[in-house]
Amino acid sequence: MDTMEKGKTIILADNLSFAYDHKYSALEHLSFQIERGETIGIIGANGAGKSTLLKILVGLLEDYQGRLEIDGLTVEKKTLKEIRKKVGYVFQDSESQLFLSTVYEDVAFGPRNYGYPEETVEEKVLSALRLVHMEEHRDKQIYRLSGGQKKMVAIATVLSMEPEVILFDEPSTALDPRNRRNLVGVLNDMSCTKIIASHDMDFIKSTCDRVFLLADKTIRKIGTAGEIVMNSRLLEESGL
Amino acid sequence: MNQLNEAVKALHEIDLESGKRRKNTDIHPLSILLVTICYIGVTASFGNYDMPKLFSMIIFLIAGGILYDISLKNSFRRLKYILLFPLFLGAANLVLDRQILWYLGKIPITSGMVSMVTLFIKGVFMVYATYFMIIRIGIEGLCLAMRAIHVPGILITQITLSYRYIIVLLREMERMWTSYHMRAPGQKGIQIKAWGSFLGLLFLRSMERADNIYHSMLLRGYQENVGIPAAKGKYSFGKSAAYVLFWVMIFACLRKVPLFYLLGEKMAGR
Repeated sequence: MDTMEKGKTIILADNLSFAYDHKYSALEHLSFQIERGETIGIIGANGAGKSTLLKILVGLLEDYQGRLEIDGLTVEKKTLKEIRKKVGYVFQDSESQLFLSTVYEDVAFGPRNYGYPEETVEEKVLSALRLVHMEEHRDKQIYRLSGGQKKMVAIATVLSMEPEVILFDEPSTALDPRNRRNLVGVLNDMSCTKIIASHDMDFIKSTCDRVFLLADKTIRKIGTAGEIVMNSRLLEESGL
Repeated sequence: MNQLNEAVKALHEIDLESGKRRKNTDIHPLSILLVTICYIGVTASFGNYDMPKLFSMIIFLIAGGILYDISLKNSFRRLKYILLFPLFLGAANLVLDRQILWYLGKIPITSGMVSMVTLFIKGVFMVYATYFMIIRIGIEGLCLAMRAIHVPGILITQITLSYRYIIVLLREMERMWTSYHMRAPGQKGIQIKAWGSFLGLLFLRSMERADNIYHSMLLRGYQENVGIPAAKGKYSFGKSAAYVLFWVMIFACLRKVPLFYLLGEKMAGR
């Protein structure tokens, strides 16, 4: 991740639209570019399409219209395996992300599926846990962890696969101030490209370089975090 | 909803214990699966009145408990409800088979009673053997064993997901149960009129969560195989084969020789 060439476009969307069941439009005519190593915030009211956009980016929702490329690969069925190696997704509900018995087993799930030898798996797991300050919890049972710890482990499950882009869906939800600060620190320490969908304006301001404001199913404004988050009139008009 | 909580906890504990045991053994899960299938087959093959011979099959469970440090108390706590089922297996025999065999004091012992007890013991032995296998290899080990004998990937996926789904279903049920009782204090159970919507919502919510878990698995490279260490090189072929041979021979002997009956005769000096 550290060796990544900063500044090169990693995500390209051109005239991207999506409708659930081909009937219920969720996103219309989105066009944007994201550079390697950037941290992008996606904000918008409930139902604005933040989660939908993240799911399209990782190929969980197909049948979109327009052009969508990640690191030069068009997001489509035949490239999904490659895309998912490059893009990690941290769910809003960490419980949905963690399904094995211990922290170690869960974080090791991804690298094992990609066929790494057990020694490499261990290295990747420990390095991911170190990044989120959870290495001393490696043998703990998942159901014994607190909400904040579960969030950190959920992030480690993605980090262990060393993706080039990580998508976060409402990462600060249900975290207390200390865990939230901890999460901000962890995110700011990561050098990969990050896309964070959130309602938490302070969180977005503390972590993101640029912000996409979603309203009326499209991108209403793109700007720096300071520009958008401080513009209370714009936020209010966009239902925030 | 303590029982639901306990069930989820027990499943997690089994996962954890099996994970540790799998790490510390070089016997392939397939060997353990084969021995368990063989044990169940031999146990099932005893006749309905063949109690003395059947008893000797307990040796496998005792050996398993001692060798692999499986707590009988914990096992019983986890299996207590499942163990009730074998009790019903032969219940009909009590009515259908009333031929008196002997008297215990003044109580007539019928062949129906003997066959019911035999069926109960068979059931208990089989349940324990399956539990011992699961606690040694876990669901991942079971899938690995099935992969080794080329069971179709789709079937293995179904088993893995069904197992995960049970946990999701139990958790959702616990949440909904708690939420219901927070708003219906003092009420015992759930009112009949609320059961329809309760169950409907339970399935919808747990399906949604199961869907999320499946997505999470897909996003981490899951493709009809399970996230378990590669079997190559980890397990010893010699030890695995010897394990199967040893137990198959023991089962064959126990099937032929009524060990406990002979021991009883010896102790009685006959």
